[in-house]
Amino acid sequence: MTTVAAPSAGTALDRVDGPEKVTGRARYAYENVPADLAYAVVVQATVSRGEVRAVDADSVLQLPGMIATIWHENAPRLAPVEDAELTVLQSPRVAYRGQVVAVVVAETLESATEAARLLRVDYRPEPHDVELRPDHPGMYRPDHVNPNYATDSELGDPDTALAFASVVVDATYTTPAQHHNPIEPHATVALWDADGLTLYDATQSTSGVRATIAPLFALPPESVRVISPYVGGGFGGKGAPHAQVVLAALAAKQVGRPVKLAATRRQMFAVTGYRTPTVQRVRLGADEDGKLSAIVHEAFEQTATIKEFAEQTTVVTRMMYAAPHRRTSHRLVRLDVPVPTWMRAPGETPGMFALESAMDELAVACGIDPVELRVRNEPTIDPERGLPFSSRNLVACLRGGAERFGWAGRDPEPGVRRRGRQLIGTGVASSTYPVYRMPSQASARAEPGGGFTVRIAAADIGTGARTVLTQIAADALRVPPAQVRMEVGDSALPRASVAGGSSGTASWGTAVLRACEGLMDALHRRAGDVPPGGLEASADTAEELRSQRPLSRHAYGAQFAEVGVDLDTGEVRVLRLLGAFAAGRIINPKTARSQLIGGMTMGLSMALLEESVMDLEFGDYLNRDLAQYHVAACADVRDVDAFWIEEEDPDLNPMGSKGIGEIGIVGTAAAIANAVYHATGIRVRDLPIRLDRLIGGGI
Amino acid sequence: MRPFAYERATDVRSAVAACVAGTADGAGAVYLGGGTNLVDLMRLGVVSPGVLVDITRLPFDEIEETAGGGLLIGAGVRNSDLAAHPLVRRRYPMLAQSVVAGASGQIRNMATVGGNLLQRTRCSYFQDVSKPCNKRVPGSGCPARKGDHRNLAVIGQSEACVATHPSDMAVPLAALGAVVHIAGPGGSRQVPMPGFHRLPGDAPERDTVLEPGDLVTAVEVPPLPFATRSRYRKVRDRASFAFAVVSVAAALDLEDGMVRDCRIALGGVAHIPWRAERAESALRGSPATEAAFAQAAAEELAGTTPLPHNAFKVPLARNVVVRTLLDLVEAP
Ligand SMILES: Cc1cc2nc3c(=O)[nH]c(=O)nc-3n(C[C@H](O)[C@H](O)[C@H](O)COP(=O)(O)OP(=O)(O)OC[C@H]3O[C@@H](n4cnc5c(N)ncnc54)[C@H](O)[C@@H]3O)c2cc1C
Ligand code: SF4
Repeated sequence: MTTVAAPSAGTALDRVDGPEKVTGRARYAYENVPADLAYAVVVQATVSRGEVRAVDADSVLQLPGMIATIWHENAPRLAPVEDAELTVLQSPRVAYRGQVVAVVVAETLESATEAARLLRVDYRPEPHDVELRPDHPGMYRPDHVNPNYATDSELGDPDTALAFASVVVDATYTTPAQHHNPIEPHATVALWDADGLTLYDATQSTSGVRATIAPLFALPPESVRVISPYVGGGFGGKGAPHAQVVLAALAAKQVGRPVKLAATRRQMFAVTGYRTPTVQRVRLGADEDGKLSAIVHEAFEQTATIKEFAEQTTVVTRMMYAAPHRRTSHRLVRLDVPVPTWMRAPGETPGMFALESAMDELAVACGIDPVELRVRNEPTIDPERGLPFSSRNLVACLRGGAERFGWAGRDPEPGVRRRGRQLIGTGVASSTYPVYRMPSQASARAEPGGGFTVRIAAADIGTGARTVLTQIAADALRVPPAQVRMEVGDSALPRASVAGGSSGTASWGTAVLRACEGLMDALHRRAGDVPPGGLEASADTAEELRSQRPLSRHAYGAQFAEVGVDLDTGEVRVLRLLGAFAAGRIINPKTARSQLIGGMTMGLSMALLEESVMDLEFGDYLNRDLAQYHVAACADVRDVDAFWIEEEDPDLNPMGSKGIGEIGIVGTAAAIANAVYHATGIRVRDLPIRLDRLIGGGI
Repeated sequence: MRPFAYERATDVRSAVAACVAGTADGAGAVYLGGGTNLVDLMRLGVVSPGVLVDITRLPFDEIEETAGGGLLIGAGVRNSDLAAHPLVRRRYPMLAQSVVAGASGQIRNMATVGGNLLQRTRCSYFQDVSKPCNKRVPGSGCPARKGDHRNLAVIGQSEACVATHPSDMAVPLAALGAVVHIAGPGGSRQVPMPGFHRLPGDAPERDTVLEPGDLVTAVEVPPLPFATRSRYRKVRDRASFAFAVVSVAAALDLEDGMVRDCRIALGGVAHIPWRAERAESALRGSPATEAAFAQAAAEELAGTTPLPHNAFKVPLARNVVVRTLLDLVEAP
């Protein structure tokens, strides 16, 4: 205890849970096998709108190992809650194709699968409407957009400013629906006992699942325990519970046995959320020097009929560049489609594809270097909120990135560089992500035998959160990380916020730090003596967060891409991708780099490959496996690198950190699209940048 | 998954007998190669055979030289072994290249030559049992025509089906005029390619000329000395682990800047690996120039009938044919 360890924060500590993961000892939700376990498999609607007329449970009764068929007529009643995605099997209505209409429970997964296949469900279908069009008569203005931003914003007189601007860009961009596809499918094992309900779940928030599920079963939160120590990726898809969690609990209740339920990869394309497709119109007005007078960014998106999710696509435009006249808006249409949700940087990801493509178009129109154009439009304060920035190093990222990338002397002429049969081009785009912090609790305990245990219901979904929190705790306790045991991923631990909004390290780190500080004080008062029962301190950051100064807090970045486009085939390959980021203090360079280049890789994947294809006739996403829904393979990711600039920002949190989980994906697609333009002279405004868009464009 | 019986055959005769017996039983019997396609389709419920006859222990996993400089490739040879074989690489570079361009290392280690030739289409509707599909359920309809057909056929398709054959390996085999050796209930026979795979016509449920119980035992690649100058070019959305959008296998026999002979086949454009016979005959005896290649490609592709969302495949195929031939001219 008297040893003073060198600070761990800032060092590249290996993941503390690495050995468990690579040796297979880490147990994921689906791997839990309580005694007397039964297996559930869902039956999905084969109509995209209508009603279930009948479920012929007798048709599968004779199958070996059958335990139960559960549908809306015999399912346990759930307490009515607002979120209709969760009130499963309570009504005959079918809101989208693929919605769960029944669950079969059997002794083995194979029996349940076979029963699900054979179960006869009779529908009364109705005509569906699944096509997102900006001129859809059903377009409406949601009350707010995710999580709680104003739907629209307006400053000055953008229409007049556009009318008088010497240079105007007016372009429409589209992004397709995308599915998260974490490597671990969504899975839940549910078991009821005298104490209530236990859920082994794959989730980004054990506290959140508990708070959401308990009311459905009219239970106090204490009677629900959610255990999720390891999660194989989430990307927002596991941010809030989806139908399978409720279905597992419901089935376990019905059959009086523990029940295991996983969504298959194919089912995940209907029941576990996705990123809404968007249609975005961006108008920029500028003078000849590229100085913006007006920015207008309008987004059109979809949501489900049973639940509203309004992605905040144009919110990022409110703070990105200076311009006296501005407007942003979001319009939504309720379609007979699955329920969209958060997906890595919801809002910023599609929004910055459009805005940063439009900025590139403006640079071309003005004949100004795209890096320089962005620098010229740098605001001094948050343009719409009127607040000072806690720190804003976009320009440093643009300049620093340009230097490392070798941007200087770039010939802006499109379509003139050749290497073999490839056209070569480079592109740049800005990146940004807000700094969020949410209230959390933590406890720190000095063990009588030496060492410390720190507890918080945080979630490590593969990010390295467990490792970084260990480092924060170790430094606060002034011991090496090896003396700290970090327990996360269990709702029985002190309540923590969701692993979302890139807020984990900031939110949980603050709570962990405060708990450790409290423990150090207590130890100090006892002159370092640890009583036989150990010594514990806890913290709650709610108060501390309320007293936070209002400032505009964001991380920034600049992404640079070099692409080669095959002259004969239109195949686009990203030759180089470099990200420069300013995200406060980096606590672990190793896990940080993984997050940044991971985000950039996902951005590359979005730029060139990812697209969930809506089948207009049948009303579902068609390409429901990884052979059809392409995510980037190793061969697509040739040279991806990220670096960060030192940033001291005392107005963030005690660690001085900004979130880094999402910023890596923001702007990547625009940088690549801009590079494709530079290579070919063809402006692709619709993602993904498939070869047919270039062949068709007359490459 | 439906229960099924599994049998392991030890020789060709017992394999065929087991398959015939299983077929007579009702639910149907099929041969199991590496299982990389069949097992997926069973999981999806696209096929539900009553009996699987495992043929991976049959003694047909060798590659032998034939008289005159060809190769006899056992149907059980793994894709990886085929691609790595020195004689394949030397005599038929396009064949080795095509195999390596397909799937992933892990899948190629499992997949067999017979299974590769007989893999089913990747049409999304075919794989989705909740939707109609004439190939899966004859007479149920073809939603791809109106729906998603970006990856489907532009030539030789029918009202009933617009699927493509997804194999890379089959494309150079069609170019080479490979001969498929078959052992069936009624004895052995040999079917040359093209001619082994079928155009969909009004029976898209039949991919090939095989009859129930027929076992592919080998693929014979005839000698073709000029195939040492050959190349496989695969165009794909993803840089690896993706099926061809369009592919070309080509071999050139050049003399004094003239094309003495050539072989060209296209993948990703039809229900079969498409032998470009019109282009071949246009080129024989013509100068080995870009103009002549473009002319030959145009003649071949004049017969295409693309759908709204895959019309891009026609200029794409033209470009790739021309470029691949030019590359062969420039090749050392
Ligand atoms: C994700 C993924 C990506 C892929 N990408 C590509 C690609 O890019 N290019 C490509 O070409 N392929 C690709 N493939 C397909 C792969 O090449 C095939 O799955 C494989 O070649 C099939 O061989 P198999 O031995 O596993 O066949 P199996 O799955 O065992 O059998 C396939 C069919 O052939 C029948 N069969 C097998 N052997 C015989 C025989 N000797 N006689 C009679 N019938 C027989 C079976 O009954 C079955 O109907 C991909 C597959 C996957 C899963
Ligand atoms: S193209 Fe062929 S395989 Fe695809 S849906 Fe139509 S009939 Fe079925």
